[in-house]
Amino acid sequence: MPFGQLLVEGLAIGACYGLFATAVVIIYKTSEVVNFAQGEMAMFSTFVAFHILTIYEYPFWLAFILSMVFAILLGVLIEFLFLRPAKHPSILGLIVITLGAEMFLMGLAGWKWGAEQKFFSLPLNASVTYEPVKGMIVNQWAIAVFAVTAAIMLFLFLFFKYSKLGVAMRATQQNKHAAKIMGIRTERVFSFAWGFSSLIGAVAGMFFASRATLDPAYMMEPFMRAFAAAVLGGLMSIPGVIIGGGLLGLIENFFGYYFPHWKPIVAFIVIILVLCLRPSGLFARHYVKKV
Amino acid sequence: MDMKRDYYEDIRLFESGVVLFWTVALLLVLFTVPLYTPNYYVYLLNMILVHVILAVGLNILVGSTGQISLGHAGFFAIGAYGTALLMAKLQIPFVFAILAAAFIAAFFGFILGLPALRLEGPYLAIVSLGFGLTIMHIIGGVEAFGGRMGIKVPPLDLGIPQLGMAWVLKTDVQKYYLILVMTIVMVVGARNILKTRVGRSFVAIRDSDIAAEVIGVNLTVYKTLAFAVSAFYAGIAGGLFGFVLGFFDPFTFNLILSIIFLVMVVVGGLGTIVGGILGATLITYLQYALLKNIAEVPYLGEFLTALSKRWFTVVGLENFSGIAIGLIMIGIIIFEPLGMYGIWIRIKKYWRTWPF
Repeated sequence: MPFGQLLVEGLAIGACYGLFATAVVIIYKTSEVVNFAQGEMAMFSTFVAFHILTIYEYPFWLAFILSMVFAILLGVLIEFLFLRPAKHPSILGLIVITLGAEMFLMGLAGWKWGAEQKFFSLPLNASVTYEPVKGMIVNQWAIAVFAVTAAIMLFLFLFFKYSKLGVAMRATQQNKHAAKIMGIRTERVFSFAWGFSSLIGAVAGMFFASRATLDPAYMMEPFMRAFAAAVLGGLMSIPGVIIGGGLLGLIENFFGYYFPHWKPIVAFIVIILVLCLRPSGLFARHYVKKV
Repeated sequence: MDMKRDYYEDIRLFESGVVLFWTVALLLVLFTVPLYTPNYYVYLLNMILVHVILAVGLNILVGSTGQISLGHAGFFAIGAYGTALLMAKLQIPFVFAILAAAFIAAFFGFILGLPALRLEGPYLAIVSLGFGLTIMHIIGGVEAFGGRMGIKVPPLDLGIPQLGMAWVLKTDVQKYYLILVMTIVMVVGARNILKTRVGRSFVAIRDSDIAAEVIGVNLTVYKTLAFAVSAFYAGIAGGLFGFVLGFFDPFTFNLILSIIFLVMVVVGGLGTIVGGILGATLITYLQYALLKNIAEVPYLGEFLTALSKRWFTVVGLENFSGIAIGLIMIGIIIFEPLGMYGIWIRIKKYWRTWPF
């Protein structure tokens, strides 16, 4: 495969990782929970879209809107039912709760739709390609990923900068108690962050599903890679995460081209190296632990 | 309520005559169980004992040292593959093979402990998770390790074949006695580690690593040591697990297994030996017996089958164990973060101080 092709492919999959990592970061930024169930929340929403498309045979745009509504409700419900009742949980406790939610959702999806692989297709044709520059072939899937990621990034930028809710979310992240004193309903902000993150995750999940196959475990590996992207970007800044996603996509694609056998472990090596050499990520400011 | 008045009271193996009595009773039951139970339950008991070794070891790391590991399936795999391959390819006797495999696992634990010096909380969880998955992929990718097809374990020969002394354990009952003896040794060993200077250093690191460093605990040594000890336990458990299964492939040691291990420790009770034993027993029983055959449980099974036919798929009912274990994980953190050991303490306190 030529260099340009690897570059475009890597950037496209990297944008997908970045998009999904954004979902992880939104939750981590507001509530300092690393959501291990993120992948399975996206998986479940994608399965709902699949169900609406195949059983009820609704048009794609309707199925998309319905599954997005479902994704928001799912995120809000998980926060409300699983995380809110826990009183002052430790970090390990939070990890166990989100892992429990992951197991729960995976089991439920396996029970409802079975473990065999299914095909989920977006109304895009991956074989329709364009060649804007010689040697760089872009297919419709990649264009859609770039467009959606750019749109969501623009929206997030405006949202966090100008909207009241976005400012409230940033305030909650900086200091939960101070935000509460200033009249922000922090619980509601958490619910919103979870719903919002679940929605972005579901969009990314649909891109991943249309690229590979749909089964209850299909989001586990993308989640790991998205987390690697988030770690590269420092887990705190959304632009950093997108750059991290792009970098990871490129590293993985080039490495995977020369050593296809070891492609699955590139992300882990990146995570381990970044965390050992620069634990605060490539873009975040240094963080000092309070005793 | 359990006031320790001197050092010897703290380090003795049995807190009181009552504990001694019940421990002896439990051991008597365990040693005679194969005489009056069908073979299938002996297999289940083997599984439980193997997981007890693992959970007790993981509890040293997670409960006593406060480090999170989502990669213990990797150490478990190193133990299983190491023992089986050393015996099959190099004809090393069982006792040395399992020890060598456990020391290899401990070495990898030391390696994983190095990033842990700089990381904590969710970051450490992710690094260990990546470590476990990397081990799985490497084993699956190298043909010498059996590749994706998996390997069959050699016969469990306790003797030294080179000297013509063969003592092959064939049945589950024979393996049961071997595993039981090793479990007792490992559990007593873990308890003694926690009562020494090393164990107290672990607990000091858990409570506050900066304070521990200030009073003179060498963080580099003790954090990596905690990982190594825990990985050693996982290696021994993995080696025995291979012989219980008879055949395994890399995907046996997936991420879900690591999560299940963590659940055992959290459900049983963090930082206590009894907690590890209780959690491993409960979760292994649920995993391999109750939830696996959920459709055959009276009433509940029929209800779930009917539910599956109406709303879900019948073939997918085997995924019910994921749902149940997920809910147990969430429930234990919400309602009883100290786990089953916490429930036991609460019951004990209630009866001790009754009617107040």
